[in-house]
Amino acid sequence: MNFETILFYFFAASVVFSALRVITARNPLHSVLFLVLAFVSSSGIWLLLEAEFLAIALVLVYVGAVMVLFLFVVMMLDINIEKLRKDFLQWLPAGALLATLIVVQMVWVLGDKAASAGMTAVKHAADYSNTKELGRLIYTDYVYPFELAAVLLLVAMVAAIALTFRRRRDSKRQDVSWQVNVKRNDRVRIISMPATKKNEVNGAAEAHTAD
Amino acid sequence: MSYISTLFPAYAEIFLLCMICVIMIVDSLLPSQTRTVTYLLTQVTLLGCSLITVATHTTGVAHLFTGMFVDDLMSDVLKLLTYLSVSMMLVYSRSYLIVRGLFTGELLSLTLTSTLGMLVMISASNFVTLYIGLEVLALSMYALVALQRDSAVATESAMKYFILGAMASGFLLYGMSMIYGGTGSLDIQTISNVIKAGQGNDMLLVFGLAFLVAGLAFKLGAVPFHMWVPDVYHGAPTAMTMFIGTAPKLAAFAFVMRILVEALQPMMIHWAGMLAVLAVLSMGVGNITAIAQTNIKRMFAYSTIAHMGFLLLGVLSGTLDGYSSAMFYAVIYVLMTLGGFGMIMLLSREGFEADNLNDFKGLNQRSPWLAFMMLLLMFSMAGVPPTVGFYAKFSVLNAALQAGHLTLVIAAVIFSLIGAFYYLRIVKLMYFDAPESHEKLYMQPDSTLLVSINGLAVLMLGIMPNTLMAICAASVQQSLLLP
Repeated sequence: MNFETILFYFFAASVVFSALRVITARNPLHSVLFLVLAFVSSSGIWLLLEAEFLAIALVLVYVGAVMVLFLFVVMMLDINIEKLRKDFLQWLPAGALLATLIVVQMVWVLGDKAASAGMTAVKHAADYSNTKELGRLIYTDYVYPFELAAVLLLVAMVAAIALTFRRRRDSKRQDVSWQVNVKRNDRVRIISMPATKKNEVNGAAEAHTAD
Repeated sequence: MSYISTLFPAYAEIFLLCMICVIMIVDSLLPSQTRTVTYLLTQVTLLGCSLITVATHTTGVAHLFTGMFVDDLMSDVLKLLTYLSVSMMLVYSRSYLIVRGLFTGELLSLTLTSTLGMLVMISASNFVTLYIGLEVLALSMYALVALQRDSAVATESAMKYFILGAMASGFLLYGMSMIYGGTGSLDIQTISNVIKAGQGNDMLLVFGLAFLVAGLAFKLGAVPFHMWVPDVYHGAPTAMTMFIGTAPKLAAFAFVMRILVEALQPMMIHWAGMLAVLAVLSMGVGNITAIAQTNIKRMFAYSTIAHMGFLLLGVLSGTLDGYSSAMFYAVIYVLMTLGGFGMIMLLSREGFEADNLNDFKGLNQRSPWLAFMMLLLMFSMAGVPPTVGFYAKFSVLNAALQAGHLTLVIAAVIFSLIGAFYYLRIVKLMYFDAPESHEKLYMQPDSTLLVSINGLAVLMLGIMPNTLMAICAASVQQSLLLP
């Protein structure tokens, strides 16, 4: 067992452990932090595969940006974890049975001989730039899916704006152009009232004197 | 020849994307509260796309973007039908959406982005493009369902749709990665060649195939992956239910064809069995559960599940007849569903949803013409001749029988007989029951005209199905390069 294999098992164990902790940790903050650990460990595995750019991007984008956002959101939400966990034990047997079934099936199908047969990673020289290769591929062979991925982000943006940005009735926001453009008729309502009849006035006066 | 002009088979997609950006900008500059200009622009865009698709049609199969994009007759036909059904959806749902305050620029632009996603799916020839197209479509759909923010039901159904959709995407991705592991390629043509040459890793391929079929079944809404369908159909605003139930099914058909038939054709013995289970379960559960529904949107949801079973029956036959009858079935299903939901929206008005079976009581006395149109649509869904639904079911059953699936055909006939009950119940409610309200129907002229065309088309296509069937057969034949 060489050093690389040891490193691989170390990172793999770390990924599995932290992924488990993400769903079992009592405190949602700890879950997020374990998710960070899972990302960092998987970027370690990617480094072993010589995918340096992806490994760095994973740390920068996911750990640096996405997970920090997650942390903020989790800290702002008031999550009652006890209430969420109430039904955990009730569903545990069914879930565990299903999970075991899937794992057994996967082991059965994939076995020991199938997956690893005849597949070894190609080693590259030290001066091989994988960032450059990735960039070349993205802008040549994969330009179509790359552009479409941009559309996907556009959709996400439109959807986020459409779902969250809306005029609330109770908002006190001022619309200056509307204020400036206001017409007299918008603010003042002139009601023509009939002149009061004479006998009613007299009646009222009589009632007053009676008091 | 410049690079741009080599892209001509993809001009429709490029035009659509440019117009989406234009529409978003124009819409944000429009001051008025009505979105008529945006609406017209959207319709013009769809029209322009169809003109471009017709104009850039070639007789051969063209690959673009290093094999990521394919342009063949099947993709052209399905794209044209997609434009048509999106455009019809917008006409049907315009007044419905305006009354509910949902007719916004975002809705229209998200409708167009989801159309773009469908186009990408329809003419994808690489797993990467297939998946990204699917995500563009799905993400827009989730947002469209959630747009009705004030309705708790709509938000809940958007949430369910999103979570289950994400899970299905996970399944698909996992399956795709296994296929990649087994063949070393994501390109549909290469995958097929590698498997045919016997160079693939069979275990990985079968393993991946199981996940792919599960993911596809999720997206189609086939039993046992159908849980999301009734809730989403019921909870979403009717216009969005109509959208989910129509055009994306055409894209889903293309998706199934590209993955199972084009890429994994050599593994048909494996996937045909899986599809057979899905098909029988879908037809059974869909048709039997639909009987118990009192909400017509929910009923249509179960009916969709049953129809998807029929579609899978056509695909699993594995012959040219089977594929073309499945395509025919998908097209007809979309046509009928548009009409059915269009009718619900036509009967709805401000603050009232005509989504209960009882709302159709005595429709004949209130509007004989609409009742007749609904009768045609229901007859077609049930498969009563001479409507086109009969012919669609007949051709699928015929293809399955030719392929030697006698037991499946018998099961399908029994289940569609059971299914006829709930379609005909609506006809009974319309013609033989007294109306619950005598309120005058306010019929939008454009929707009324469209529902009439829709209903009559169902009848006319039933009498003369040959042209459409020939188109379907030719496109399947050409895109699969069958003799």
